[in-house]
Amino acid sequence: MTGLLLPLLVVVPIVAATLPIALGLKYENVGWPVAAVTTLGLTGLVAAVATQVYAGGGGFNHELGGFAPPVGIELVADELSAAVLVLVALVSLLTLVFSRVAGPRGNAFHSGYLLLTGGLMGVVLTGDLFNMFVFLEIVGLTTYALIAADRSGASAYASLKYLVLGTVGASLYLVGVGYVFLATGTLNMLDLQSSIAAVGYTDPLVQAGYAFIVAGFALKIALFPVHTWQPDAYQHAPDAVSTFVAALVSTAGAYALIRVTYTVFTVDFLAANEAITTGVLVVSGVSILAGSALAAMQSDLKRMFAYSSVAQFGMIAAAVALANETALLGALIHLVGHGLLKFGLFLAVGLIALGYGVQRLDQLPSFAREAPYTAGAIAVLGLALVGIPPSIGFLGKWYIAVGAVEVSAAGGGFAGIGIAMVIFISTLFTLAYVARIIERFYFAGVGLPGGGHGDDHAEGHGSDHDAHDDAAVADGGRDGVGLPEPLPGAPTAWGVPDRVPTAAFVVLLGTTLAAVALGFAGFGFYDAFDPFISEVFA
Amino acid sequence: MTTLALLDVLSTRHAYVVFSLVLCIGLYMMIANPHLVKKIIGLNLFQTAIFLLFVVSAYVEGGSIPIIPPGTEVGAAYASPLPHVIVLTAIVVGVSLTAVGLALCIRIHDEYGTLRVDTLRDLMRDEGALPNGPARDRSVDRDGGDRR
Repeated sequence: MTGLLLPLLVVVPIVAATLPIALGLKYENVGWPVAAVTTLGLTGLVAAVATQVYAGGGGFNHELGGFAPPVGIELVADELSAAVLVLVALVSLLTLVFSRVAGPRGNAFHSGYLLLTGGLMGVVLTGDLFNMFVFLEIVGLTTYALIAADRSGASAYASLKYLVLGTVGASLYLVGVGYVFLATGTLNMLDLQSSIAAVGYTDPLVQAGYAFIVAGFALKIALFPVHTWQPDAYQHAPDAVSTFVAALVSTAGAYALIRVTYTVFTVDFLAANEAITTGVLVVSGVSILAGSALAAMQSDLKRMFAYSSVAQFGMIAAAVALANETALLGALIHLVGHGLLKFGLFLAVGLIALGYGVQRLDQLPSFAREAPYTAGAIAVLGLALVGIPPSIGFLGKWYIAVGAVEVSAAGGGFAGIGIAMVIFISTLFTLAYVARIIERFYFAGVGLPGGGHGDDHAEGHGSDHDAHDDAAVADGGRDGVGLPEPLPGAPTAWGVPDRVPTAAFVVLLGTTLAAVALGFAGFGFYDAFDPFISEVFA
Repeated sequence: MTTLALLDVLSTRHAYVVFSLVLCIGLYMMIANPHLVKKIIGLNLFQTAIFLLFVVSAYVEGGSIPIIPPGTEVGAAYASPLPHVIVLTAIVVGVSLTAVGLALCIRIHDEYGTLRVDTLRDLMRDEGALPNGPARDRSVDRDGGDRR
């Protein structure tokens, strides 16, 4: 009976996606309740799948329509997909808490939201290469629509840019699948594993197929030379959407890269094709450096974290090409950890935009005086992104770097040491921009008046703030910018001076604590992923 | 000899040559053309080339359509149906992408009154939606005049 869980995970959100529009004909604002109930149900289903996979003896599959796998399409849950499923379910549920207060609120938005969730589930679960293309395109299409949900011209342009590049990526993936299909005559992942071995790992068609697939995924997960859609898309998307998209969409692309590389092409293919792995290592190395350096130059917080994603996914791609057990473990941890960290960071930036109406770093001097908990959460999540232990960001980076050194120690030449050095340099860059944020939040604008701000929430906003404004203008901030002011009507949370909505604020604190707490779970991750890794490196 | 080999490829593998040509033309159009709708047309060319690859790969010399009524002899040549199904699905995906792309074009045109990328960038810089707005303004000041 557990096999039936898998198709439900895909079908439930996609069918439920029709409800907000259908019910919207009769009732208003029905989208959020439908989405909330559906994602809550999905979280339950995912919990059942994860229990089955981690505690009940490994992965299981479901044959769609009762057709046996090499011909039919199957859905598979194993240790890797279960971890990403948990991330998808939690993030989609928690993002709704934020979008409740921050919008967008339309019924159409929630339809797109559920379709996107269903598409992500499909990408993670499918065991068929072409089916994966279809789900990638469902994810892509709904992401383009959601990014443009902010009714500004800039978001439409960013979305169109993403549409063109994302479609080229998916099409290149399809070309690669076509080549592999021509070489082997099958599309099922497990079947391909043996068929590709039979055809030979140095067959030109197989090599070209893998090259096209990697090029396609590079566009989807935004590696350096083809990352340009990502900053625009994340910056101009509505805050709730960029929280969701930054945490999950590229993560699904990177998951697909890991799945196709290790389950379909296998480690032996990587070992037999040094030119391909060297190429991927060079691209991802450049991506790590360029992403971190570009992030350090940004003044818009959302753009900064978008460029930081370029660097983090560069690390995951590098770990994939290293073909080392430790590095792969690092890649899997970083895949989940990065999703969690970016969810927290974009949520915090969204909360700032909601309460204070600003998202540029130079508009936020001494923000910690104004909103100590939000600023603290960003600082902790940022330090986790740098890789300060104990945090999940540290675990992922550490294992990737150790794996890279192991590759060199085992006679792999300069490549491993090179990647380890690149990760180290990128960590310094990451520290540079996180330190800029912390400096701005905690140390800049010391001379600015204010500080007693937290006390006057209860009453007399208007007059207090007017006086405060005058003072700030008269004294003059260093950059002509005063302390960040709460927007009129900004939400308040019980017991804290931050102007944030309570539920979303609790989610932010929970995410921050989880990012730190998971830093202690290194062995837990090792146990959880070990069956997958040892199967791959068997 | 090489001419002969080339001729051989052109005469027997012409469909694959067309595939790569159309793929490259579509890609070039997407990169080089400043008009957004033409970029989307380029995208369509790019995808159509891939459909061609799949359709051609399914072709079997002397094969018939893969509909087998009961009682037919087994072992006759049939075209492979799987790539055709793949192409059908990919066409649906392509159509929906084009629809979303054109819808976005309409919104951009409503907002800015143009679909040319270069004009659009200038307009968005003036609006402050693109990041290098301030930097460009400063350089204009230094030069002592407007470059345009």
